[in-house]
Amino acid sequence: MDLVQNFPAVSILICLFAGIISSGLKGKAARYVNIALILAVMILNTCTLGYVLHTEEAFVYVMGKFPAPWGNEIRAGVLECFMAVFFCMIMLLSLLGGKKKLADEVEEGKTFLYYVLMNLLLSSLLALVYTNDLFTAYVFVEINTIAACGLIMIRQNGRTIEAAARYMIMSLLGSGMLLMGICMLYDLTGHLLMSNIKEQVAILSVSGQYRIPLLVTIALMSVGLAIKSALFPFHAWLPDAYGYSTVSSAAILSSLVSKGYIFLLIKIIYRVIGFDIFEASKIIDVLFVFGLMGMIFGSLSAIKENDVRRMIAYSSVAQIGYIYMGIGMGTQAGMAASVFHILSHAATKSLLFIAAIGLTDVSGGSRKFIDLTGAAYRNKWAGVTFTVGSLSMVGVPLFSGFISKLLFAQAAVQNNGKMLPALIVLGISTILNAIYFMKTVIRIYTPVEENKYECVTFSSMKLYAATLVCFIGLNIILGVNSQPIVDLIQQGLSMFS
Amino acid sequence: MSKPKSQKEYEKTGAFHFFRWLSGSKDPYVGEVEMQPQKEEDVPESTILERMSERQMIRDKVYDTEHNKELVIFHKIYVASAVFFCVALVGLLLYTVSYLPRTGNPSNPDNNEVSQRYIESGLQETGAMNIVSGMILTYRAFDTFGETNVLFIATCCVMILLMVDDSILKKQEEQNDRRFEPKNDAILQGTAFVLCPIIFIFGIYVILNGHLSPGGGFSGGAILGAGLILYVSAFGFKKTQRFFNEQVYRVAKITALCMYGIIGTYFYITGANGIENHIPLGIPGHILSSGIILPINICVGLEVACTMYAFYALFRRGGL
Repeated sequence: MDLVQNFPAVSILICLFAGIISSGLKGKAARYVNIALILAVMILNTCTLGYVLHTEEAFVYVMGKFPAPWGNEIRAGVLECFMAVFFCMIMLLSLLGGKKKLADEVEEGKTFLYYVLMNLLLSSLLALVYTNDLFTAYVFVEINTIAACGLIMIRQNGRTIEAAARYMIMSLLGSGMLLMGICMLYDLTGHLLMSNIKEQVAILSVSGQYRIPLLVTIALMSVGLAIKSALFPFHAWLPDAYGYSTVSSAAILSSLVSKGYIFLLIKIIYRVIGFDIFEASKIIDVLFVFGLMGMIFGSLSAIKENDVRRMIAYSSVAQIGYIYMGIGMGTQAGMAASVFHILSHAATKSLLFIAAIGLTDVSGGSRKFIDLTGAAYRNKWAGVTFTVGSLSMVGVPLFSGFISKLLFAQAAVQNNGKMLPALIVLGISTILNAIYFMKTVIRIYTPVEENKYECVTFSSMKLYAATLVCFIGLNIILGVNSQPIVDLIQQGLSMFS
Repeated sequence: MSKPKSQKEYEKTGAFHFFRWLSGSKDPYVGEVEMQPQKEEDVPESTILERMSERQMIRDKVYDTEHNKELVIFHKIYVASAVFFCVALVGLLLYTVSYLPRTGNPSNPDNNEVSQRYIESGLQETGAMNIVSGMILTYRAFDTFGETNVLFIATCCVMILLMVDDSILKKQEEQNDRRFEPKNDAILQGTAFVLCPIIFIFGIYVILNGHLSPGGGFSGGAILGAGLILYVSAFGFKKTQRFFNEQVYRVAKITALCMYGIIGTYFYITGANGIENHIPLGIPGHILSSGIILPINICVGLEVACTMYAFYALFRRGGL
């Protein structure tokens, strides 16, 4: 066994260690440990990615000395490694961009707890990405949920506490459904390892035994993870949670936490249930319809909103709708488009949150549109970045959002039954996106006569500006250089089965 | 025949005190125990009215239920549909359960090679008499490490919510801590004096025998935590802080989790790379046996005890 194959397991374990050690440190030291950790994990996973690309096959790593059906396992393929590297990148940029705000909004004595939560959140994301065992996935889903609650309520005011309580109730409902699904699956197959379950499920589906429990299990797991990732009718917790928490938390929650659950769902579809069996069940159509509804209703709510942070939050509902629409198409191309949109949305949404905070800060902290008038002149870097994010969301060429819309449209054309609704809703949703994002961009570029608030200069926000440049660069790389990434995703998806 | 005692000698014996207590002429606790009645928190009439008016205001101004009849209707539909969905989910799950394999049937899918190996060769491979301990701490050790971290992160979240600054803590100590209870309750202290050592010893026994008999780190740690909670409710925080303050808590928690992590990492990495690990399994049935299970049980026990106590202390006064 090569040394590189140890790296995924090591990266999960060092995240847990860093979380434990940070709980004994002061705020500043904890922050350095966190940054060093994210960089280390990024390097380790890049090595693994190179190794997997070189050998061209996924490898299984046994946690302990007991092999497949008895012990725990993790599995690393191209897509898993790539996701891990990408998640680390977004997390690092979000933390750097929200650093100043974090110092203002979190009590000084509790800053170290923020980094403890962040380290454990990273470990759970890595475990969700790499796991080859359903119960390990559940354990780390729990860590993820609790960490996300903590991230919301660490900025302590009434709204965040309420948002955290609401998030917790909805999220625990989702966890419960996932757990029930896992229990039933164990009852039907007698295994917890993904590859073993898949073999048994294939046998069951041929023999036609236990048809109804299997269907209910698929439904429970899909709906449970859909609740946790805020698919349309279950999105009630989302606007408050993203709108009022501190900005790094909002960026990380919207771009990483919900994406971790979607990635787990994709993994379950391919590696536990099997793509064909999942497609044959009607659950996939339900996900498709909810995705379409989310694309429209999320955007409509965003148009009605008068608060820029909540508007961005509602736009997440629409974007999650896109991802579920791609999953719901039931084709390989649709799935690849969904995975690309996970990347594109993660890069764009965190950028928008970080840029929006720069704009509201130069408008006296107000998030109302009327106060944001001319904010882009007062903070030029944030203004340009927000415009880039908006254009990407709307789907203008050169930016990442365009590629994901193109991939969705291509996937829809290949699918006979679902082509028409998918294309129509894609069109409507793009127009709605344009309405509310362009409205904001025009608003921030409207000059004002007398300047109530002072301008900020580059020298006072070097770190923030550097983060914004990195975000723009990431977005343009995804948009211009998309073909290798799409190939990588397709290679990764084919490695799943 | 024993010699009759003089009145003075008789007054020293236990029997004298007992009969005095029985006849009701002297209660040993009078004067010893603080016997103040619980103070009712007197809520002024005005705040009640204020609270009610706020409620009324939300109903009238924010939702304007007089003019927005649709809000009232929406609320009714909301409640009705919530009930409908819950009942539908319960019905669906019950319907599904009737199709699941029957419990205890030998041909069930879950009676396969997995449980067979756990039961048949668990003793040789893990060295633990308690198969459950062997399963969760050796075969599936990674899951359990994750589970211990769930407890750890839960304490972190409770700290975010409830922990208050040290300076505020000192100021509020008098009024905050046990406002409604008597201090130095002799009955409670007497009971705790007898029970605490027994509880601690029992907790340690359950932890150390986790691989031999039912029990283990999680249950033993909970017992230890319960003992600490009993001690602190009887004797107060000041006395507890002499041996268990925030510093000790932090050191114990971090050492326990790190030890678990180090043992676990050694076990995972040697196992995965096919290197022989040098943890002796010992003779099954002995106290020093079963490889990594015993040290992990101790670590988990410490962590669980710390978590239990921290929850109690944080909820009671916002600090350890």
